[in-house]
Amino acid sequence: MGTITIDGQAIPFQDGQTLIEAATEAGVYIPHLCHNPEFKPHGSCKLCSVKVNGRVCSACTFPAAEGQEVLNDTDELNEARRMITEMLFVEGNHFCAYCEKSGDCQLQAVGYFLKMTGPRFSYFYPRREVDASHRDILLDRDRCIFCELCVRASRDVDGKNLFAIAGRGIRNHLIVNSASGELEDSGMAVTDKAAHVCPVGAILIKRQAYKVPIGSRTYDERSISEVSLSAEAPVVAAKHD
Amino acid sequence: MTEKLKVATVSLAGCFGCHMSFLDIDERILDLTAVAEFDRSPFTDIKHCGPCDLGLIEGGLCNSENVHTLREFRRACKLLVAVGACAINGNIPALRNPIPLKECLEESYVHGMGIENPQIPNDPELPLLLNQVRPIHEVVKVDYFLPGCPPSADAIWKFLTDLIAGREPSLPYPLIRYD
Ligand code: SF4
Ligand code: SF4
Ligand code: FES
Repeated sequence: MGTITIDGQAIPFQDGQTLIEAATEAGVYIPHLCHNPEFKPHGSCKLCSVKVNGRVCSACTFPAAEGQEVLNDTDELNEARRMITEMLFVEGNHFCAYCEKSGDCQLQAVGYFLKMTGPRFSYFYPRREVDASHRDILLDRDRCIFCELCVRASRDVDGKNLFAIAGRGIRNHLIVNSASGELEDSGMAVTDKAAHVCPVGAILIKRQAYKVPIGSRTYDERSISEVSLSAEAPVVAAKHD
Repeated sequence: MTEKLKVATVSLAGCFGCHMSFLDIDERILDLTAVAEFDRSPFTDIKHCGPCDLGLIEGGLCNSENVHTLREFRRACKLLVAVGACAINGNIPALRNPIPLKECLEESYVHGMGIENPQIPNDPELPLLLNQVRPIHEVVKVDYFLPGCPPSADAIWKFLTDLIAGREPSLPYPLIRYD
């Protein structure tokens, strides 16, 4: 047990907690995409960047320690996060207008939260393969943000180890661990945890597309700051109860 | 009376949906015309842009004529706004981007179904297609982005009324949408 401050507010933490866990339990939202409290932290997207005693750190991997002074909701950090979000948009093929994840997507919701209206960067329009081979699951690599949540879920929860990221830079892409490289031969089941953790529209369950109409979706009315805290605070609390 | 704000609008590689959404401001357009007048726009059919305060661009760039028109707008307008997903990220027209242009043209005009006298159109009057559909901020400086497919009438209205009142345009949460 100890205490840190986030933007001047005193926040208690349990031994072994990361900054984001302490913040989440105390009801303070730190934007994040590759972090999901159900899985081991990955620390790759850098959206959760905060300043700890003047140094930029990833809140999802950095351990809380007595007396830390953390800055989170500042213009400087939110501007950096907006830039990171814009980069994620231009390095994939994100056309929300015809994406079935729209309204339920965390990347989009983070864009809304940060008031991103358009990117300052040029688009890459990378060529990425769609894998529609599986009966129940669609893999559209155009929208993958390399958070490795599916990798972690498949390896650590499902015990199947079906996914990995291959390639470097703009050639980064998700690969499937099966003889043909296709999802249908992988033994992935629609009940697998890995089928339900993608924060964007890259892994989708088929035939669900418009069951929930646009306008009634997760982030249509409520900001991700609110949704994320109400979903994740109980998960974090359960870890030490 | 102070001079009216001059506004120009155009649809490049778009579907006119953003213009339709603009007209969805309904009778608020009367309040708008009290303080603003349209220069070049599909609403007026004026063909070239005079000096303007505000240029609203719908659609991305798919051919040489789009680029030419966009540059005319940038020269004429003090503020230029990318309106809608196509202007901002290429959107549906950009679906052709991973496919080589030659293959796209051949699919439409040579190998497609029911084609007689197959040939790729090459009349010199036709603007040349760009290799890829590109968003407008890659070619000219864009002052504001107004996202949405299309941006709702309320978003367009909020944006315009902020600008007219001399405020920095700022959309509340439900009016920022990328879809
Ligand atoms: S995955 Fe999210 S950000 Fe990407 S196109 Fe779909 S809704 Fe938009
Ligand atoms: S497919 Fe989804 S969960 Fe897997 S790495 Fe890509 S974005 Fe993350
Ligand atoms: S959420 Fe911390 S690096 Fe991605």
